[in-house]
Amino acid sequence: MTAMFELWNLTAAVPGEAGAVRLVEDVSLQVQTGETLAIVGESGSGKTVTFTSALGLLPKPGRVIAGQALLEGEDLLRLSLEELRRRRGARIGMVFQDPLTGLNPVFRIGDQIIEVLRAHLPISRAEARERAIALLARVQIPDPARRVDDYPHQFSGGMRQRVLIAMAIALGPRVLIADEPTTALDVTVQAQVLDLLTDLREADGMAMVLITHDLGVVARQADRVAVMYAGRVVETGTVDEVFRAPRHPYTISLFRSIPDMESPAGAKLAPISGAPPDPARRPAGCAFAPRCFAMREDAGCLRERPDLTADQHAVACHRAGLLEVAP
Amino acid sequence: MTSLLEVEALHKNFGGGNSLFGARRALVRAVDGVSFNLVAGETLGLVGETGSGKSTLGRLVLRLIEPSGGQLRFEGCDVISASASELRAMRPRMQMVFQDPYGSLDPRMTAGQIIAEPMTTQGMSRHEARERVGALLSLVGLRAAMAGRYPQEFSGGQRQRIGIARAIALDPALVVLDEPVSALDVSVQAQILNLLAEIQARSSVSYLFIAHDLAVVRHVSNRVAVMYLGRIVEIAPREALYRTPRHPYTVSLLSAVPHADPVRERTRERIRPIGEIGSAAALPVGCRFHPRCPRARIIAARGGDTVAAAGTRLPVACVTKDPALTPSGGAQHLTACHFPEEH
Repeated sequence: MTAMFELWNLTAAVPGEAGAVRLVEDVSLQVQTGETLAIVGESGSGKTVTFTSALGLLPKPGRVIAGQALLEGEDLLRLSLEELRRRRGARIGMVFQDPLTGLNPVFRIGDQIIEVLRAHLPISRAEARERAIALLARVQIPDPARRVDDYPHQFSGGMRQRVLIAMAIALGPRVLIADEPTTALDVTVQAQVLDLLTDLREADGMAMVLITHDLGVVARQADRVAVMYAGRVVETGTVDEVFRAPRHPYTISLFRSIPDMESPAGAKLAPISGAPPDPARRPAGCAFAPRCFAMREDAGCLRERPDLTADQHAVACHRAGLLEVAP
Repeated sequence: MTSLLEVEALHKNFGGGNSLFGARRALVRAVDGVSFNLVAGETLGLVGETGSGKSTLGRLVLRLIEPSGGQLRFEGCDVISASASELRAMRPRMQMVFQDPYGSLDPRMTAGQIIAEPMTTQGMSRHEARERVGALLSLVGLRAAMAGRYPQEFSGGQRQRIGIARAIALDPALVVLDEPVSALDVSVQAQILNLLAEIQARSSVSYLFIAHDLAVVRHVSNRVAVMYLGRIVEIAPREALYRTPRHPYTVSLLSAVPHADPVRERTRERIRPIGEIGSAAALPVGCRFHPRCPRARIIAARGGDTVAAAGTRLPVACVTKDPALTPSGGAQHLTACHFPEEH
């Protein structure tokens, strides 16, 4: 089965004082129709930059310096700006974290959806309005025929996020990229929005990329997961594989550092010491080595950047085969 | 055990009255009759969604904002009637740590000045304060040599350590922590939670720990209070609250938290409230959770006295009577629900 959306060896950089600073490096990811791929990592790990780079949305002076971003086999990075803009609107939907900034406060909800529709489709205003109401109904906004004329401030945070989802799916995209779509929402609203995303993915047969820092959301929502650290994918596999038997010391440490609802309360957490490296000053060798419990100089951890293995449950670690640790 | 902090029927209203142009402004009952106490060395977790009033409550407890009504006693003293100078004398014993490690530290002051400020304000000499700063920095896991750096030179986790050092500088008896780790990455979050636990083990400071993350609250708290639209709807020792939640809102909240376990996530049953939290400017009559309550709908479907409400039929009690916090399933386990025994 061919992937709907594929990244191959994507590398993006910004100019720095001492040459190009690589924000993401050699990232390869694939997502199929009907599948949710979760990208997890901490701030600065490159999880958002990977996708803004792939879609030509990386703010200047950042730029992609190598790699491919294939949508149904077509490389987005070789398209003209105008072609890319049309692909983004029609074939790729995007939902971002903050439902406040995604909507223009001075325009009615309906007008903002109508604008998206009419920018891409040869339809009348009246038709677009009908579609906008139908879209609001699809994302379960109560009383959509009336609420279509409301302004964003009349909607709650959860409802605004539903509106942004409606705009993202308005043109029937093949891929939906959701970047921390529920992080700003309360937990009961989060559950509602996550269910909505699953329903839409199933009904429309979309491929979904879910960028999140929340391992609980990954377990609930995703089929496969890629763990990013310091601009690279360090582990990837099915959610079951990675959660049952994590192989990268970073992934293992992440699981140990979160308080779990099941673990004995009050037990001491095992934090990861230090902080992720500055992209301009990543260590030689493995970027995680300075924080790693399994680091061994004689294994090459400080000298050589480990490659991601080729297996289905892949890991980039010199010591992965030698670790015998339960999460 | 005597209480360090006693809160009784605390209220805070915002708005009300008329605006400049004569239009009626909505009265928002942000905190609407909250009572609880806190003993020395204890951590009380306070959870609730946006709009529940939990942050307002945290500020009221320290009298950073003026309450509209109620009683507040700290170490036996009446906080509400305290004069400005009496309040200043209490300040060193009650401190606050804020969520945002970026916005809560003055960018023009060095870390050392930020931490020393509460001490010099209390009359400590500059020399003595400077020495204490070094000790405090190492206590929170930073190096004493970092005192000369500015906030922007620190990472988010380090800034939160500075905020904590400042809060504990005068050996407080109570620290209100408002979402102290929610802006931090998970690996750093664990460092800060461990640090807070170490400080408490050493000094028996009490924490009022306000957060929306139920796993974090479970991890740090001895007891947990759940707020909904300005009220505590359930308060209980941690294990009781998480194992046998009695308020349907608590049940829904716990059911909505995703666990980092894919097998469990696929098989679990979810109980979900209908819609979203209402507004504290238009509180429902009766139980304020009734418009969203799944349990009230189930009970009404079984028969008994019902009344048309919230687009369906609900038990009469839920729609007409405001439930008080009462013990159910243990003297320490209080629930504000007409049907706390139903599951």
